[in-house]
Amino acid sequence: MKFDLILRVGVKLMIPFMLLFALYVQLHADYGPGGGFQAGVITAGAVIVYALIFGIEEAQRVVPKRLVELLVPLGVLIYAGTGLLGILFGKNFLDYSVLGANPPLARERGILFVEIGVLLTVSSTMVALFYAFSERGR
Amino acid sequence: MIVTLAIVRMRNLFGVIVLAGVYSFLMASVMMVYDAVDVAMTEAAVGAGVSTVLLLAALHLTKAREYPQPRPAAIPVLVSLGVGAALVWATYDLPAFGIADTPINNHVVPYYFENSMKDTNVGNLVAAILADYRGFDTLGEVTVVFTAGIGVLLLLKGRRAGKSSSDGGSA
Repeated sequence: MKFDLILRVGVKLMIPFMLLFALYVQLHADYGPGGGFQAGVITAGAVIVYALIFGIEEAQRVVPKRLVELLVPLGVLIYAGTGLLGILFGKNFLDYSVLGANPPLARERGILFVEIGVLLTVSSTMVALFYAFSERGR
Repeated sequence: MIVTLAIVRMRNLFGVIVLAGVYSFLMASVMMVYDAVDVAMTEAAVGAGVSTVLLLAALHLTKAREYPQPRPAAIPVLVSLGVGAALVWATYDLPAFGIADTPINNHVVPYYFENSMKDTNVGNLVAAILADYRGFDTLGEVTVVFTAGIGVLLLLKGRRAGKSSSDGGSA
């Protein structure tokens, strides 16, 4: 699909909005539908569309493979680390109330951290799988 | 229903994958009818979007046509029909759809409705339950995604590393 002008221009126009929508889904999850899983998949979708249209090498220049494979465990570590903070401050595992002065705000913050961990793991797993499949085929 | 029958009958795997994407979109609309917007969104993004692409990528590595079965498999058909009949029979014990005075709507759900805004400052009840009240479950889910991803990566890469480098044992 290297020379398909309409696809190339269209995808170039779409990708910023996809990433923006993913961020919206991620950060607005407090009040609207969405969360880390959905945002992660949309982010991965943006990267995969880019790789499909512009070729896998171009995509790996933007999102290097090492970075993706680093982010897969990092997301889980962020999630578990947020939980461990609770133990560190003498509460239960995944007790977010240690993250701030008053409990509701602290728990909101905890949900935010945890969702970031989910986002990183889900999106990078999808992209890593796509990279692995498409490199195997060559 | 028609889509699933077509999926079962079809031998061309490309068509099967596209139909599976169609099925995911249909399921997403069913979830919308049930007011489960979060689930619908996940189904549309994961089921119809990413998994279709990943399946197509996997198809790239194999042949695009399924081998025809030598003879009609009677036992699997009987087993699946039996399980399906048992499940349909079991649904008669479920409370009617949308009814308010079931146990599930009377114990935990009112607590969440009354306290989640107070406890977590988060307006979206689904997010509050997933990430806070049931945070440990979600940690498990993330770990499942992580483990599955690592497993597939190892499977896909191990062979290639063994082929290119002759020392073998590292793969």
